Amino acid sequence: MTLAEKILASHTDKKKVSPGEFVTVRVDLILANDVTAPIAIKEFQRIGVDKVFDPKKVVMVPDHFVPNKDIASAEQAKLMRDFCYEQGIIYFEVGQMGIEHVLLPEQGLVLPGDVVIGADSHTCTYGALGTFATGMGSTDIAAAMATGDVWMKVPPTIKLVYHGGLGKWVGGKDLILYTIGDIGVDGALYSVMEFTGEAIDSLSIDGRFTIANMAIEAGAKAGIFRVDNKTQLYIKSRAKRPYRVYEPDSDAEYAQIIDYDVSNIEPQVALPHSPANTKPVSQVGDIEINQTVIGSCTNGRLEDLRLAARILKRRKVHPRVRCIIIPGSQQVYLDALTEGLIEIFIKAGAVVSTPTCGPCLGGHMGVLADGERCISTTNRNFVGRMGSLESEVYLSNPTVAAASAIAGRIVSPEEVVT
Amino acid sequence: MLLKGKVHKYGADVNTDAIIPARYLNVSEPAELAKHCMEGIDKDFVSTVKPGDIIMAITNFGCGSSREHAPLAIKAAGVSCIIAKTFARIFFRNAINIGLPLLECDEAVDKTKAGDILEIELASGKIKNLTGGMVFTAKPYPDFMAELIAAGGLIEYTKSRLVSRRI
Repeated sequence: MTLAEKILASHTDKKKVSPGEFVTVRVDLILANDVTAPIAIKEFQRIGVDKVFDPKKVVMVPDHFVPNKDIASAEQAKLMRDFCYEQGIIYFEVGQMGIEHVLLPEQGLVLPGDVVIGADSHTCTYGALGTFATGMGSTDIAAAMATGDVWMKVPPTIKLVYHGGLGKWVGGKDLILYTIGDIGVDGALYSVMEFTGEAIDSLSIDGRFTIANMAIEAGAKAGIFRVDNKTQLYIKSRAKRPYRVYEPDSDAEYAQIIDYDVSNIEPQVALPHSPANTKPVSQVGDIEINQTVIGSCTNGRLEDLRLAARILKRRKVHPRVRCIIIPGSQQVYLDALTEGLIEIFIKAGAVVSTPTCGPCLGGHMGVLADGERCISTTNRNFVGRMGSLESEVYLSNPTVAAASAIAGRIVSPEEVVT
Repeated sequence: MLLKGKVHKYGADVNTDAIIPARYLNVSEPAELAKHCMEGIDKDFVSTVKPGDIIMAITNFGCGSSREHAPLAIKAAGVSCIIAKTFARIFFRNAINIGLPLLECDEAVDKTKAGDILEIELASGKIKNLTGGMVFTAKPYPDFMAELIAAGGLIEYTKSRLVSRRI
């Protein structure tokens, strides 16, 4: 069995599972946020049980429209908060909360070998830790809150092998954008993407989170990594319960094996309006920008902010550009403050926000007007994603986004770091 | 169940931001969401859609976010069925869970034009194109999915599972 099949099998009553098979899977953690929880709660109440199956295995995080941007979103957050207190569900209030997919691993709530389901498509982020994690809708979450399990069709696994060392300014974001550019937004539809190879081994855990996070952008059900020493080190200080590390069998069957030599790839940019519309940054052309966003569940971790700070240190954001930097959690914010990164950002003329999904989905804290362009370290650049239907979003890693904020147009970090 | 309506046809990779932009996700009432259904791709949809109408798309319909608001908006707008060659995974689950019928049928997608009138027999997956005088057959659902649909969606299915656990 593959890594994903082994984890799934261990959460069923079966010894072995195969792709295509329908199984009932026990879940270790269920997640919802301020956008998806209200529907999940209403559906849960229709089932006719009083209590969630285990309040310590359900977590709800207000992160999309908080601190609340309007009355309607405040009502949704309130409905979720009241339900959490009533049920004793794990809940993080503003002040403790972070962007869910930055927060949960940081808090040790998701561990290797777990099955995690979340009412958020980027739940697949936790695959970086050797977790089987997948996004679902509110009704699936409602049913799982009642029963502690969920139906799944066992997905086939595509193994992606990244050979070679990474070039300057190239990181996890570039590998995943390059991959989606190659296989397309439905290139891994219904499948698991297993990320391997020496380039993957060389990445930090933060870089792996970025890759796993965007597996959904290729249509995947999950993205997954094997556990290594870096994972163990990350988990050690965080885990508060036992966990189990699984390895794929040597004779595991893969639907497809894709090899990439990444030693010569440049930082990648996804042009409007698809994450698959990728080009090396040197081939993007002369694109002026109005806004830069550095943050999100994709690139809002400490390593991302350190990379941005390397570019922004002792330099100035272009006077016509709004540069918005959003640490992914209070811990990331605090660490960035202690390390002096926040000071670098403010001196450069960037604005630093409390953790929120905000601008990534055109919610608040950086919505775009007609004709405006933004380069962003987020995950989607669909039509109207960050605001007006006539605006444009370009996706990149934090160094390209920071360099572009300085230049006022999309550039390689090499152009500003001389 | 027999469904009948006019086809609204779209391309590949219609995403959930196109179906219901995130700025409207500060509410979750289906009727409110329906007012902005397909706003990101077709501004005229809400003013032209009639009860029973059918959405047709090429591949990977509903890609992007997990927001159940997307199928809820479509269902509340009066759409009776969505036909495509393939659906994004989370959207597929969400639609089945809330009782919005989806059919996968390559031939129907290739041969049907926007504005055609279709008549669909859900149980058999038979799709009649009344405008073009053609009949297509959709891919059958796997047994488990058929059971879920027959139960009336995931909540009803879960209710009966919990009852049988207690017995």
